[in-house]
Amino acid sequence: MKYQPVAVGVAVLALVALPFVVTEPYYVNIASQILLYAVFALGLNILVGYGGLVSLGHAGLSGVAAYGVAYLLAAGYGHTVAIAGGLGAGLVVSAGFAALALRASGISFIMITLALGEIIWGLAYRWISITNGDNGITVNTRPAPFGLPLTSAVSFYNATLLVFLLAIAGCAVVVNSPFGAALAGTRDQPRRMTALGYHVWMIRFWAFMLSGLLSAVSGVLFVYYNQFISPQALALTASAEGLLMVISGGAATLLGPVVGAALVVIVKNVVSAYIARWNFMLGAIFVAIVVLMPEGLVPGTVRLARSGWRSARRNRTARPASAPAPIAEPKP
Amino acid sequence: MSFWLLLTVNSITFGGLLFLLSAGFSLIFGLMRIPNLTHGSMFMVGAYLGTSFLSGALGFTLDFWAAAILGALEVAVLGALMERLLLRRLAGQQLAQVLVTLGVSFMVADLCLMGWGGDPISVTTPEGLGGFVRIGPAVFPLYRMAVIGIAVVFAIALWLMLERTRLGAMIRAGVDDPQMARVVGIRVSQLFTIVFGLGAGLAGFAGMIGGPILSVYPGLDQDMLPLALVVVILGGTGSLLGSFVGSIIVGFIYNFGQALLPELAYFVLFLPMVLVLVLRPQGLFGGQVL
Repeated sequence: MKYQPVAVGVAVLALVALPFVVTEPYYVNIASQILLYAVFALGLNILVGYGGLVSLGHAGLSGVAAYGVAYLLAAGYGHTVAIAGGLGAGLVVSAGFAALALRASGISFIMITLALGEIIWGLAYRWISITNGDNGITVNTRPAPFGLPLTSAVSFYNATLLVFLLAIAGCAVVVNSPFGAALAGTRDQPRRMTALGYHVWMIRFWAFMLSGLLSAVSGVLFVYYNQFISPQALALTASAEGLLMVISGGAATLLGPVVGAALVVIVKNVVSAYIARWNFMLGAIFVAIVVLMPEGLVPGTVRLARSGWRSARRNRTARPASAPAPIAEPKP
Repeated sequence: MSFWLLLTVNSITFGGLLFLLSAGFSLIFGLMRIPNLTHGSMFMVGAYLGTSFLSGALGFTLDFWAAAILGALEVAVLGALMERLLLRRLAGQQLAQVLVTLGVSFMVADLCLMGWGGDPISVTTPEGLGGFVRIGPAVFPLYRMAVIGIAVVFAIALWLMLERTRLGAMIRAGVDDPQMARVVGIRVSQLFTIVFGLGAGLAGFAGMIGGPILSVYPGLDQDMLPLALVVVILGGTGSLLGSFVGSIIVGFIYNFGQALLPELAYFVLFLPMVLVLVLRPQGLFGGQVL
């Protein structure tokens, strides 16, 4: 693992250099989309991957934050107040979601989060005096932190990149902390964790809150990126897209959700350029990944690459083929 | 006065529709331990197929009831096929099964949009039921009364099927303890297919019956699925009585909410669900904790 810092440095440099290499604003905007969805997927992954709690209501959380920003801006407040208010609203709703949904786990958790997410969608759709219903709310301006306006594609990309790097660094810290270990413990052995004196509910609650915070952050980025928010962004399809990002990339890995976000955003943009049937594709990819590659693309590729590397070395040194099956190999 | 009476009739009618939808949902959940997220799609597909049989787009026309029954049968076959071909491959992996039903629901929604277009299709009330009945000073729409009657007949038939027949006994055994049911020689996997088909058929039938009231439009599936979820969370899983009572409660709250607080109707639904989750997590009539 001594190459890891180098790899991280190269990746960060590549991301920073991207707008200098790819100057077309269309592609820079797609990169911004990937990063902001990656923040969402990272948040969902805390819960789905490390906590073992599959949520189908997370689009509601980012949606609340996005609507909060749009509503406060429309009411005449500044960007600082709007962003703080949006994040606050997202966190309050997250706490409500967590308090209700964490009465269950497993399949029932999915059902409850799904119902809660649909209720948020219903509110966005029908509470017309606040949300403007199906017409949505337009946001006219983007913020200008430290006097730097974010109006151009490149400047918005840089701001999104900064937020994304903070988010993934935060995730890395949390996942490798004692809290992360405890969270994974509640996923694998909740009863043993209780017996060891851990407060399983409280650990899950804070994981949910962290997940909700990242969702809210991505919601804020989303509303500033599109400069528009409508109930479409809160629909079940949006939650499912997030889940697809996590699962396709590989749950419980740091890079998986990022790869998944890139995959979904790129496929979505490419597909919608040719056919208008994105929802069909989304469903088909979902079914295909769940049935054929349930572990996700990143762990699957790592597994294949590693077993390929092993078999190549084995051939060179002509060792007997008694190595353990690659699927059972422990993680480094 | 008649406003409240009419609202009550509408609530019971909607509750009846919800019962047809959620009885199958609840049985599938009770037996297979998964929420079938295609259930809203089944409702919508049943309604769309029914409208095609009615309009003669397929080269022949049927009357309303024949269209409803044929649509329900087709949806039942589709449901059974999905269980056999997709969910069976993932036996024992509940999470994967749920995600597959979610993926299929998106595909179905898009296929319906392709096949029937984006405009709402209204369904004409079947002949002879377009009028009103007069009971005392109040006037009731005949079709809604008929829907209530159908729901009650189905509730009784389902109850008899579950309580009085061999198949019903096997289903109850499968809901209570699938392992033990297997041990005593019940082919639980076959029950999965039967119950899945039955639930899908009921949902498809409800879709067509609901057509004259709700009309058929893209997104109908996503409107109905959360209602079925709320009914099952309220009533408890795997319990017929639970779905019945839950459906009536949700029917009342939804209709009264829409009349009194139109903007927050969807939100008001959420209150009984919160209360039940906090006070009685297994649902009003459910055996197992959700």
